[in-house]
Amino acid sequence: MNLWLILPIVIPLLTAVITTLMYPTLRAQRWVSLGGATALLVAALGLLNDVWHNGIQVTQMGNWRAPYGITLVADLFSALMVTLAGIIGFAVAVYSLTSIDAARVRFGYYPLYHFLLMGVCGAFITGDLFNLYVWFEVMLMASFVLLALGGERGQLEGAIKYVTLNLMSSALFLAAMGILYGLVGTLNMADLARKLSATAQPGLVVAVALLFLAAFGIKAAIFPLFFWLPASYHTPPVAVSAVFAGLLTKVGVYALIRVFTLIFIQDVAFTHTLILGLAGLTMITGVLGAVAQNEFRRVLSFHIVSQIGYMIMGLGLFTPLGLAAAVFYIAHHIIVKTNLFLISGVVERMSGTFELKKLGGLYRAQPGLAVLFLIPAMSLAGLPPLSGFFAKLGLIQAGLPLEQYVIIGVALGVSLLTLFSMLKIWNEAFWKPLDDRRPLTEDRRSSVALFIPIVLLALLTLLIGFGAGPIFALALRAGQELMQPTDYIRAVLGGP
Amino acid sequence: MEIVLAFVVGGLYAAAIYLLLRRSLIKLLIGLVLLSHAANLLIFTAAGLTRAQPPIVGDKAAPLATVVADPLPQALILTAIVISFGVTAFALVLAYRAHKIVGVDDLDRLTSTDT
Repeated sequence: MNLWLILPIVIPLLTAVITTLMYPTLRAQRWVSLGGATALLVAALGLLNDVWHNGIQVTQMGNWRAPYGITLVADLFSALMVTLAGIIGFAVAVYSLTSIDAARVRFGYYPLYHFLLMGVCGAFITGDLFNLYVWFEVMLMASFVLLALGGERGQLEGAIKYVTLNLMSSALFLAAMGILYGLVGTLNMADLARKLSATAQPGLVVAVALLFLAAFGIKAAIFPLFFWLPASYHTPPVAVSAVFAGLLTKVGVYALIRVFTLIFIQDVAFTHTLILGLAGLTMITGVLGAVAQNEFRRVLSFHIVSQIGYMIMGLGLFTPLGLAAAVFYIAHHIIVKTNLFLISGVVERMSGTFELKKLGGLYRAQPGLAVLFLIPAMSLAGLPPLSGFFAKLGLIQAGLPLEQYVIIGVALGVSLLTLFSMLKIWNEAFWKPLDDRRPLTEDRRSSVALFIPIVLLALLTLLIGFGAGPIFALALRAGQELMQPTDYIRAVLGGP
Repeated sequence: MEIVLAFVVGGLYAAAIYLLLRRSLIKLLIGLVLLSHAANLLIFTAAGLTRAQPPIVGDKAAPLATVVADPLPQALILTAIVISFGVTAFALVLAYRAHKIVGVDDLDRLTSTDT
């Protein structure tokens, strides 16, 4: 029984329960939530440390040996994802202190927020496919309510699209799992990997793999399944869209990487080439969608889609370096994208709008905020020496020896367009003089809680950029682990 | 028996997708419900239908020697039913609220946030 594996699930659960019990006292809920998020971050770092020093960690729940019981397992990739969830959970919990209104807190914002974190962490460390489905549903249920909480017209419209497509994806996932169980008779991921390596029906397995690709593809918002994302992510309060933007689609990407490195590696030439093609199309459609938008959060939402393409590209290349670059990219992206959403919230608070046409003059009014925007924005576009540059460099280095020049060209072209749309936001919101008479308002006291997470995440972006060496070494080890599933299988099932 | 269930599952999927493609909000919801039923029956069928004893071993009895039914698919389906029950309850309330605020039962009119 490894405590580090249990804590990332138990801490958010307890926090959610305690905040539910304290529902009449809003102030106490806020501080309990902050405490819970801090504890989650500490536990996640503990897990990362444990996995880094002692290798893959496994716990069999209820002492039922795998493949009979539910297995919790953390390799370096899982541990890193839990750590990122901890960082984002903490940053957004701080941001929520003053940005979430009393009405939403009264209707259960904090319990839902921690249930969401529990679902995300559970999905990262489960070793069982059906358990993954259950964690997905925990996460989705919390996200449904968070998205609709408040009941504004835009929110409800966004929520209907989001709920429908995510339920479609869950139904596909469930169907694929049923067929897979009929084929193999197990749902433990390590056991599946072992049994499928000697399957008699490779064609049928590839068909099931494509069902999983569609199911996780909807969650990860890859081309052509991404339409729910830009339709809904700009509607809820900023703290909610920030945590969605940072974590939710990445759970889909995590699931894709997990099943397509561990379980479905029968016909790599077909499945992973398909993934590579989808990656290119995802990048292009996402970035073109972003260029056409004129609302701060909608631009950012389309960029999530575009960036998912880069992560999937690392999976499609299917080499240790490619997967390492994908892992590095996910780490960089989660921090940068959450930060950009948090900044959009501050901009909205000062100017009262997300519309780029109506914004302006923020550089003159708030030079500090302008610098804080430039760090993640330029990192997203991939300018050296920020974190995005090294993420893209890794992907391109992984693509060159495979002679995948088309996808490399697409990746480079898309990052130019990313730079273009980040500069569009910069020009419209920060640089353009504001001819409006409206004064830029700011409440000093509440803005402290807004700026702390932004500064923290910007520092992390700089840290990943300037300390790229050690962090890339960590990603490389994670990539090598992913390409060597035998270690994972042995850790879960035991034996030779 | 598998053939019959295969047709039932196929029919449920067809009906679900047809309803999902309609513009009415409430038909969309019924489509989602049918979709989860189809997936549940698919698990039930794909995992193999056996006419056999339940896999229950008595206290201190010997392990079962005869063919027994696999309990796992039923456990999976039970979990999935509970989850889809909760989700459907939420989706109904969401549709009701959306209908109250938007005032129409037409998905093509849910465009106030699109630009």
